Amino acid sequence: MTLSFMILAVITVAGMVAAVGLRNAVHCVLALTLGFVGIAALYLQLGAQFVGFTQIMVYVGAVAILAVFAIMMTHSPESATSPVFSSRWLMGSVVAAAVFAVLAWAIHASAASVQALPSQPEVTVQQIGDALMHHYVLPLEIMGLLLTAALIGAVVIAMGHKEEMK
Amino acid sequence: MSSLHHYLLLSSLLFSIGLAGALIRRNAILVLIGIELMLNAANLNFIAFWRYGPTPAALTGIMFTVFSISIAAAEAAVGLAIILAAYRHCKTTDLDQMNSLKG
Repeated sequence: MTLSFMILAVITVAGMVAAVGLRNAVHCVLALTLGFVGIAALYLQLGAQFVGFTQIMVYVGAVAILAVFAIMMTHSPESATSPVFSSRWLMGSVVAAAVFAVLAWAIHASAASVQALPSQPEVTVQQIGDALMHHYVLPLEIMGLLLTAALIGAVVIAMGHKEEMK
Repeated sequence: MSSLHHYLLLSSLLFSIGLAGALIRRNAILVLIGIELMLNAANLNFIAFWRYGPTPAALTGIMFTVFSISIAAAEAAVGLAIILAAYRHCKTTDLDQMNSLKG
């Protein structure tokens, strides 16, 4: 375990825990961006530069901003006094802790051992583009169709009816 | 414990944090954020297995992660739009108060 991994893991986990636990929803999203940046740095450490920068652009640049917009559009005054956690928060915490315990036990007991770290793969954006345009061209097209349909659907759902807007 | 195990443990911890957030928060937007956290933990697993797998030159882990990030972005847009529509109907994003099917 290297020191850089430790630092990045602590930053990521701290950001994520703050994103789940803080009271103010806008603070939650700001802490969430910290966690997303930590994950992007972990991608960079693993040698996946393209995915790391995609993570920063999509999650920090788009998803977090979208969440902040949604929080500000749905802000209600009584939310400052109502409890943050749901009425059955204890059960949820127990379920999450149990899931982590099972996963950690499975990882600990797994035989997947790596003898030696494989040499750092040189993955350029050109290789990724080649693969996307040749081997993965059909999934890429389907993804474009899905994104178009999803975004049009999102606009239609969020726009509401004409008479409600008046 | 190899360093692959450390990445897997970190990602399972992130998954559990996201699951806890999705289960215990009252605000619907923060529940959606918890789901995003779980997707991110899965992506971290893909990249870690790609890096420590036998054939990192095959790019499969990276491709799966790129597609997964795109789907997560679409899911976030649609989810937030649904929350906005529900807020317009119920005047709240508190999930404990959204308890009627026909408001």
